[in-house]
Amino acid sequence: MATRLQKLNRLSSIITNQCNPVRRLSSSSDVLPSVDGQVLKQGKSINLYTAINQALHIALDSDPRSYIFGEDVGFGGVFRCTTGLADQFGKHRVFNTPLCEQGIVGFAIGLAAMGNRAIAEIQFADYIFPAFDQIVNEAAKFRYRSGNEFNCGGLTIRAPYGAVGHGALYHSQSPEAFFCHVPGLKVVIPRSPKEAKGLLLASIRDPNPVVFFEPKGLYRLAVEEVPEGDYTLPLSEAEVIREGTDITLVGWGAQLTTMEQACVDAEKARKSFDIKRQKEGISCELIDLKTLLPWDKETVEASVRKTGRLLISHEAPVTGGFGAEISASIVERCFLRLEAPVSRVCGLDTPFPHVFEPFYMPTKNKILDAIKETVNF
Amino acid sequence: MALTRRSSDLLKPLTTVSSSVSFLNRRLFSTDDTTTITVETSVPFTGHNCEPPSRSVDTTPKELMNFFTDMALMRRMEIAADSLYKSKLIRGFCHLYDGQEAVSIGMEAAITKQDCIITAYRDHCLFLGRGGTLLESFSELMGRKAGCSNGKGGSMHFYKKDACFFGGHGIVGAQVPLGCGLAFAQKYRKEDHVTFAMYGDGAANQGQLFEALNMAALWDLPAILVCENNHYGMGTAEWRAAKSPAYYKRGDYVPGLKVDGMDAFAVKQACKFAKEHVLKNGPIILEMDTYRYHGHSMSDPGSTYRTRDEISGVRQERDPIERIRKLILAHDLATEKELKDTEKQIRKEVDDAIAQAKESPMPEEAELFTNVYRKGYGVESFGADRKELRATLP
Repeated sequence: MATRLQKLNRLSSIITNQCNPVRRLSSSSDVLPSVDGQVLKQGKSINLYTAINQALHIALDSDPRSYIFGEDVGFGGVFRCTTGLADQFGKHRVFNTPLCEQGIVGFAIGLAAMGNRAIAEIQFADYIFPAFDQIVNEAAKFRYRSGNEFNCGGLTIRAPYGAVGHGALYHSQSPEAFFCHVPGLKVVIPRSPKEAKGLLLASIRDPNPVVFFEPKGLYRLAVEEVPEGDYTLPLSEAEVIREGTDITLVGWGAQLTTMEQACVDAEKARKSFDIKRQKEGISCELIDLKTLLPWDKETVEASVRKTGRLLISHEAPVTGGFGAEISASIVERCFLRLEAPVSRVCGLDTPFPHVFEPFYMPTKNKILDAIKETVNF
Repeated sequence: MALTRRSSDLLKPLTTVSSSVSFLNRRLFSTDDTTTITVETSVPFTGHNCEPPSRSVDTTPKELMNFFTDMALMRRMEIAADSLYKSKLIRGFCHLYDGQEAVSIGMEAAITKQDCIITAYRDHCLFLGRGGTLLESFSELMGRKAGCSNGKGGSMHFYKKDACFFGGHGIVGAQVPLGCGLAFAQKYRKEDHVTFAMYGDGAANQGQLFEALNMAALWDLPAILVCENNHYGMGTAEWRAAKSPAYYKRGDYVPGLKVDGMDAFAVKQACKFAKEHVLKNGPIILEMDTYRYHGHSMSDPGSTYRTRDEISGVRQERDPIERIRKLILAHDLATEKELKDTEKQIRKEVDDAIAQAKESPMPEEAELFTNVYRKGYGVESFGADRKELRATLP
């Protein structure tokens, strides 16, 4: 058994980058109340996939009507997120499916419609498209078209998304924007282990179908202290993770790590046109949107009213990305307050490239340049 | 355990290399393609709604030797790709074909380059079988300019238009309906060519496959659906994922044939039979019973969901190259040493190709933006940050 685990660990370590764990972008250290009202103690430092594993564990443990299934999920999944769950909760609750995404999601919708918590895994977000029809036409509209008679609110679809450095065309994409165009769905993307656990539990318990994208580049890389017990974090509430006065940056998931680095560098940069404050650098406010649909416009609006500038960054191609929606909404609300055009630093309008991933990605320097350009507009 | 119980089926004994020798018992030159050797396939074919072909396959000394060298070359290429991946010269995802070589070789021996082949992401050796070069393969694997897709596709996206190899598709099962489209075009043009649409046992459970089957049968398309059954869809054994792992029967109204995919001659016979069949009667499914020695992809050690004994058992009992080696030796077409020398030569060829591929430059940076649309007929991005889009209309 031990050797099997070692092998499995090796498998996932090759898929994700094998690097030393780093602490980045940790959640705020506020004491969280657990779902039964008790104060949770800070737990051990764990990485993101272990946090997901804990959340799934709690979901199965706290609700006997919850089920987890997907390709290779019974063995722990390619990213180890479901390790040990089949052993503990049985193969009737945690099981492998055939390789058929459309079938997996359709099945999950039916299971959820019977009042269960169906937690379906799509192995890579790139493979979610065969299930697109089921998600968009069946899951999202079930409640509406039946006049609230039926719903599949217990449905949560987990899928790892995003770049890992060498994933090429079909293991790197960020398809969140497609789903943000579908009323009836919720779209959630966490940035860190603690966030992932709380948001995943909230997504599973939310009475609406949720598409939960996990930043696969951070599965092993992101490490932070995660409370041990059962807690949820609110959906559709953005969080200001870094306060500032000159520009608002909005992002989600793994991209926040890059944006945070750009914020740190911007602080050292000088605002060339403002002689009085030249030495102070650019003060950036960074917001984690967390839930993309329905999104927290108020938090972003309040921040932009303060700073007068907005930059949005995501890995998905810029055209038609969710950044466009944020930009349009904020321009509608804060037109007179804006001091510069809204800036979008995103993936390029190309398929996700094989060898040119570094050029495609919205890197720290691209963000830094855009920050300077916007502040000095 | 269930795993071992089921997997023991994989170790069907390789029927002794029995063959009726129809030539004098003397050394032949390997280039001899006039002498006929009749070889018996390892196991009989099993048909579904069709009369299976005979087990006796005609071959020549030349063909036998070619089978050996071609398969050894494929094997060596995949092993080299494995180490290149581990030394991080190949990025992206990489799926190796070693163990399944007989499928490509046998198929190519029965068809022409005007017949189309379309497959999923385990495509390196099929590309080689279609006449692709080692240099193109390794360059593509390493994302170099000399690659068959100019370094823009990588491992999963090999193509060769001049040999009707439609390549290299990333999404499980998605290529099969495309294969039906190819077959329709062939039928429409009244060509006597057929399409081989290949998929794995994992993909056999995708809904698209059944949609494709229905269309192919409805319109009598010359489409041969080749299920390369290597018994594991990623980490899941076939019987865990499929109610009926008899994939050749899954077409119901579409006839099927079960073939030992580890026996190049069985594959050759089946493909010859299938080609004749589909041109007259519409689609057929060929289930190739085969085995991959490597894991699903490079990130899968391939030993967590199957036993090492099973892998080494298949290597010993059913290896496609060993099978040909035994035939060559049995017919005294070459000595063991000569075959070893051939393998050495192949090893050198592969090493040379790798060295050459490493010399090939990365694609130009501007290539990132080309081929998204046809030049001049779509949207192009401009500016230093490529954020400005301009639509060009014809």
